[in-house]
Amino acid sequence: MTLARKPLIMRIGNDRLARNVLGLLLIAAFLVPILNLWVPESSPFHVPSYVVALFGKYLTYALLALSVDLVWGYCGILSLGHGAFFALGGYAIGMHMMRQIGERGVYGNAELPDFMVFLNWQELPWYWYGFDSFGFAVLMALLVPGLLAFIFGWFAFRSRVTGVYLSIITQAMTYALLLAFFRNDMGFGGNNGLTDFKDILGFSLQTDGMRATLFFLSAMAVIGGYLICRMIVDSRLGRVIVAIRDSESRARFLGYRVEYYKLFVFTVSGVLAGVAGALYVPQVGIINPSEFAPANSIEIVIWVALGGRGTLIGPILGAVAVNYGKTYFTGAFPEGWLFMLGGLFIVATLFLPKGIVGTKSIIEGYERYRLRLAKYLRPYDYVKGGSGR
Amino acid sequence: MPKFKLHLALIVTTFAVLFSSPALAIDFADGVQALNAKSYSDKGRAAEALAATGHERTVTVLTALLNSELFYQKSDGEVFIAKKSGKVYILSSPLTGADLGETKKNALKKIRINNKLRGKLKGLLGGLTLMSADADQRFSAADKVFKASDPAMLGLLERALSREENEDVKSRLTRAHAAIVLEHSKDSSARIAAAKTLANFTNPDVASLLGKLSFLDDNGHPIEKDAAVFAAIKDAHKTVESQLSKWAVLGNLFQGVSLGSVLLLAAVGLAITFGVMGVINMAHGEMVMIGAYTTFIVQDLFRSHFPEAFDWSLAVAVPAAFLVTGAVGIAIERGVIRFLYGRPLETLLATWGVSLVLQQMVRSIFGPTNQEVGNPSWMSGAIETSTGLVLTYNRIWIIVFSLAVLAMLAVIAKKTMFGLQMRAVTQNRAMASSMGIRSGWVDALTFGLGSGVAGMAGVALSQIDNVSPNLGQAYIIDSFMVVVFGGVGNLWGTLVGAFSLGILNKFMEPYAGAVLAKIFILVGIILFIQKRPRGLFALKGRAVEN
Repeated sequence: MTLARKPLIMRIGNDRLARNVLGLLLIAAFLVPILNLWVPESSPFHVPSYVVALFGKYLTYALLALSVDLVWGYCGILSLGHGAFFALGGYAIGMHMMRQIGERGVYGNAELPDFMVFLNWQELPWYWYGFDSFGFAVLMALLVPGLLAFIFGWFAFRSRVTGVYLSIITQAMTYALLLAFFRNDMGFGGNNGLTDFKDILGFSLQTDGMRATLFFLSAMAVIGGYLICRMIVDSRLGRVIVAIRDSESRARFLGYRVEYYKLFVFTVSGVLAGVAGALYVPQVGIINPSEFAPANSIEIVIWVALGGRGTLIGPILGAVAVNYGKTYFTGAFPEGWLFMLGGLFIVATLFLPKGIVGTKSIIEGYERYRLRLAKYLRPYDYVKGGSGR
Repeated sequence: MPKFKLHLALIVTTFAVLFSSPALAIDFADGVQALNAKSYSDKGRAAEALAATGHERTVTVLTALLNSELFYQKSDGEVFIAKKSGKVYILSSPLTGADLGETKKNALKKIRINNKLRGKLKGLLGGLTLMSADADQRFSAADKVFKASDPAMLGLLERALSREENEDVKSRLTRAHAAIVLEHSKDSSARIAAAKTLANFTNPDVASLLGKLSFLDDNGHPIEKDAAVFAAIKDAHKTVESQLSKWAVLGNLFQGVSLGSVLLLAAVGLAITFGVMGVINMAHGEMVMIGAYTTFIVQDLFRSHFPEAFDWSLAVAVPAAFLVTGAVGIAIERGVIRFLYGRPLETLLATWGVSLVLQQMVRSIFGPTNQEVGNPSWMSGAIETSTGLVLTYNRIWIIVFSLAVLAMLAVIAKKTMFGLQMRAVTQNRAMASSMGIRSGWVDALTFGLGSGVAGMAGVALSQIDNVSPNLGQAYIIDSFMVVVFGGVGNLWGTLVGAFSLGILNKFMEPYAGAVLAKIFILVGIILFIQKRPRGLFALKGRAVEN
């Protein structure tokens, strides 16, 4: 593959799938709010508000999936803790919206959020300072997940924790945060989390206009996230990252400081997940510790696996498709959803190693499909070592 | 009818009077009648007088009063023991216990007691059984007297002490005596001696009594006015507390070992599969859950077919759970995992999918609620020491069971052909294959073994935890922690990992609280992995690094 030095836009233009998906997303970003706000409800072209809210939420999931694909698909780091970065971004924005409630809370206390009044706290803890300012909250929504990812990665990558061990400790990280945020003493609302938000920047969260705006922002964030990731993976740096994925020790022997490359993608990925969380919370109106649950983080991975890891476009499609399916099936067959989700994990890993996006190559080349099939049926012919990547 | 019965009662009473010492009997009958006094303090005095008679019916009458079974007849105020039976009361005589037939509810009125009187009655009752012929009864009576701390009991206690021969009971009597003297006596030298005596008793109740007596009032002065006595109390309190804290360490150790054994059971199967295949089996927790449900089914069969042999149900459940979950494990290995060799991260995801399916399957079949799993009689109850240490039998048995399972695995690994092959595949799969070991079958059987062990863990966990579809989820992350902490491919690693995590957790809990302790442990493990990326007992060599 050439290290194409064409501009990013042209490179995307040559990639048919990316061009189509991003184009569609861009059109939707403008068209959906218009169809929702300015087309009368009687018209067949009207988009109902709940659809806007729903797909706005899916788009934040898409951004989250994108961030996981960057580390897993391109760097081989299977993070089972990305939900933590997502939730931290959400908490940062949630804290700002909590401060915006002011005197409109149940207790009418302008100084303290309701849950602190309820717990008999006398003053705001120091880590709540500054969240009155929207700019500060947004900064924190980027900084806190980024910093956590940086510190965590700094320790983990320097001491060469890899593979399953790394996955397990990322899971331990989000589990520890889950337990910590459940505690009332932490000052983040404990079990109930933060909710009952009223407005942001003076605009009420309950209006159609706000929903349409958040939808627009989410769509733009996905496009922006895609461009950033694409820029990274297409650069020389991206080549090194893929090399690390394919053989870490070889990359190290070639003289690359593997841990710094990994740290870089991991931190960028953490920030992207934080942005997704920050967009998610105003749309759903609540953030609580269950977002840290390890099961949530594993679910993100399946969006990526199903969409196609290492494709960037795949995870966007995967996240929207799986979550649409979840909304539909949990309503239609609540008993069946876990069967389907579990089945998805099995089918995606067994039969779609490159996800729905990568699968077109199988359709194109029957020979390659046969080869892969043979690999499943007689795996030992193809296995070299024992444990390992 | 009741009238006639009353006449009968009189006749019976007369007989009773004839058979016992007349003077006492008359006192006793009057005393019983005096219980129906207006004020609570009069009732208390009457109860004390009754206790002083030494009549053999005193205990029955006072117990009846304590349990609100002592009534008086509205018409003439005569006192009866009455038990409710449907719409009527069954009467019996307080003096003889003879059955006096039944009467309507509204003919009687309860003799009411208050909390103060209730405490007094308990103390009196304790005192009365101090003279019992049965050492166990005397023992518990001494404790009751200690708890009631009633100065009226002093005389009785001294009498009991002088004739007591059983050392255990004697020590309890001494304790009760010292406690009452310390709290109620006026003689300061006796009180100092009592405080010194109490210092020898390592017991939470003694500690709380001494603590109570060494309180300061609002102005910071001790509530105990006598300085010498106060110093003695303080001294004794310190001694007892320091002794108790040593016992508390022992209690924590037991709790920790108990938690460690649970972790060991949950994690050891995971360690085996991880060691041999390099695969974290996310469905491992569900194997534990299936094991617990197997126990439920086995117990259900026992209840309906052989209820008398229920105590043996676990003996059947253990092998049954092993076979069921082992079979499920082999099915998962053959159906899913074998297609994913060499790709551990994908295996992790696929097994997570399997775990979701299994969870939902169990939820669909058995429902989302907890299932009732019974403890056999030999697993209920506890060993309690006077020092506040409680060792429950089910915990003790689980510790024994976990070590037995570990020993069984060690024998399989070291002494059988299968174990040899398993170890060979763990160390170098390619080399083992080329030596003619069918590594595919070793994988399948290892996975079956690991899952079967998880099933046996489920039997044990069903005894101490709720059996619900989420049972496995609660243990899976802890099991991972044990495995990555202890290292793989080595049973010792799992053993040391499980017990050190369990003990560490329980020793941190009193200081940090359960949740914070767990968070510290998790963070500690994350940091520990940085130092030893392959756990405590890592396999060494090039094959592992790959």
